[in-house]
Amino acid sequence: MSADPLSNRKPETGAFFQRDRLWHPPAFTPDYKTSVLRSPQKALLSLDNTLSEITGPVFGHNVLGELDNDLIHNFARPGESAIGPRIIVYGRVLDERGKVVPGALLEFWQANAGGRYRHKKEGYLAALDPNFGGCGRTITDEEGNYVFRTIQPGPYPWPNGVNDWRPAHIHFSVFGHGFAQRLITQMYFEGDPMIWQCPIVKAIPDRTAIETLIAALDREATIPMDARAYKFDIVLRGRRSSLFENRLEGN
Amino acid sequence: MAQSLNRLKETPSQTAGPYVHIGLTPNFCDITGVYPEDLGATMVNDKTKGERITIRARVLDGTGTPLKDALIEIWQADADGLYNSPGEMRSAADPNFSGWGRKATDMDTGECVFETIKPGRVAFKDRRLMAPHITFWIVARGINIGLQTRMYFSEEAAANAEDPVLARIEHKVRVPTLIAQRAADGAYVFDIHLQGEKETVFFDI
Repeated sequence: MSADPLSNRKPETGAFFQRDRLWHPPAFTPDYKTSVLRSPQKALLSLDNTLSEITGPVFGHNVLGELDNDLIHNFARPGESAIGPRIIVYGRVLDERGKVVPGALLEFWQANAGGRYRHKKEGYLAALDPNFGGCGRTITDEEGNYVFRTIQPGPYPWPNGVNDWRPAHIHFSVFGHGFAQRLITQMYFEGDPMIWQCPIVKAIPDRTAIETLIAALDREATIPMDARAYKFDIVLRGRRSSLFENRLEGN
Repeated sequence: MAQSLNRLKETPSQTAGPYVHIGLTPNFCDITGVYPEDLGATMVNDKTKGERITIRARVLDGTGTPLKDALIEIWQADADGLYNSPGEMRSAADPNFSGWGRKATDMDTGECVFETIKPGRVAFKDRRLMAPHITFWIVARGINIGLQTRMYFSEEAAANAEDPVLARIEHKVRVPTLIAQRAADGAYVFDIHLQGEKETVFFDI
C-alpha cells in the first residue's frame, strides 16, 4: 500500500456505480468532426468492477512543488507574472453519494489570455505570453477542497466548422480513489454565450449536464484588488458499500 | 413522493483535446521547469521485483492511421498480483513499483513505449484468477470520454482461456484484440483499434 491520504480511515473497497452513459457525451458526435473516425462503433463490454478497477494510484503531496497551483507564476520569470485577468478557481471533489474525495490529484491546463496554447502543434496567431506555461496541479485536502490561481483563458478559433470557436475553458484531469473514477473534463465560465455554440460542449446531450461544467463567479471568494473567484465542484463516480457483499477476493 | 436519495450526477466528460500534453506531460511538449519530470514517466527502479517488459502501444483510427496526439495511462498489479493502492486489502504491494504509467504517443510515429514489469495474476470476485493483464485508459482529441480496455499476454494462452473477463466477450473472434503479441526484440506490441473489423473491445466498467 502506498502513502494513504485517508490516514485514519479504513479505505473503501466497494465497486463503483455504473456510469450513466446517457449523461456523458456519446463517442460518436459528428458535429465534432474528429470524433467520427475516433469513436468505437461496437457496444462496450459492461462489467462490474474487479480489483483492477476498484484500486487506483494515489499521489502524495510530495509530488507537488510550491508553485504547482499558481499558473500566474509557475512558468514566469522571477519577479514577473502572466498577463490576463487574475482569477482563483476553487471547489470540492465529491462523489455521487455526496461524500468528499480527499487526496484527489487534479491537473489542469489551458490557453493564455489571448487564447493561445504553448504547444508546437498550435498555430493560432494570438501571441504567446513568455510568462505563461499553462499547466498546474494540486491535491484535494481532507475535506475534498482544492484551489489554484491562474489567469482567465481566452476563447480561440479551431478547425472544425469554418468559423468555430471554443468558449474560454480550463481542462481538468481528475484521479479519485479507484482507476474506474478516472475523468477528464473542461470547466467553462458563467455567462459566456459561446458555451452554447460549441460542438464539443454540445456533444453532451443534456443541458443540465452542461450546466454542471459552468463555474460560478463567486464575489464572496474574490480577493479585493487582486483576483476574482470561480467555484467549480467536481463529482466522481460513487461506490457501493462493501459491508454486505460476499467479498471473496482474499481479504 | 418518496425520500430523495440525494445522489449527485457524475461530472460529464469532455475530450482531452489536442493539447493534453500541456497538462499531463508538459516536459514531453517542451514546457520545462514547471515539474521536475512528467508523472508516470518511470514505473520501475532497480529494486522493482518482476520480469522487465517493454510495451509498444499505438492507437489507430478508423482509417488505420495512428493517433499522434493520444495519451495512454496504464494501471497494473505488481509481480505478485498486488496493487499499490489503498484499496488493496490483501497485502502490501511492492513499494518499488507504482503500477501506474502515463505516456503520450509520439508526435511522428504514434507509438508510445512503457517500460514495466509483467504483472502477477489477480483474483476475480469468485476467487478464480484473472490472467495477467494491464488496464489501459486512452484519451485524445476526438475521444469524448476516456476509453478503457485491457492488455493480455500472448504467451499466457492457458490463463487467458480461463480468464473470467475474456470469457464475457460474446464474439470470440474479438478476444485477440486484447492480446499483445511479441515482436522479434521481445517487446509486446499492442495496437488499439478505435474502429473497424479489428475494433478493440472497450469496457464499460
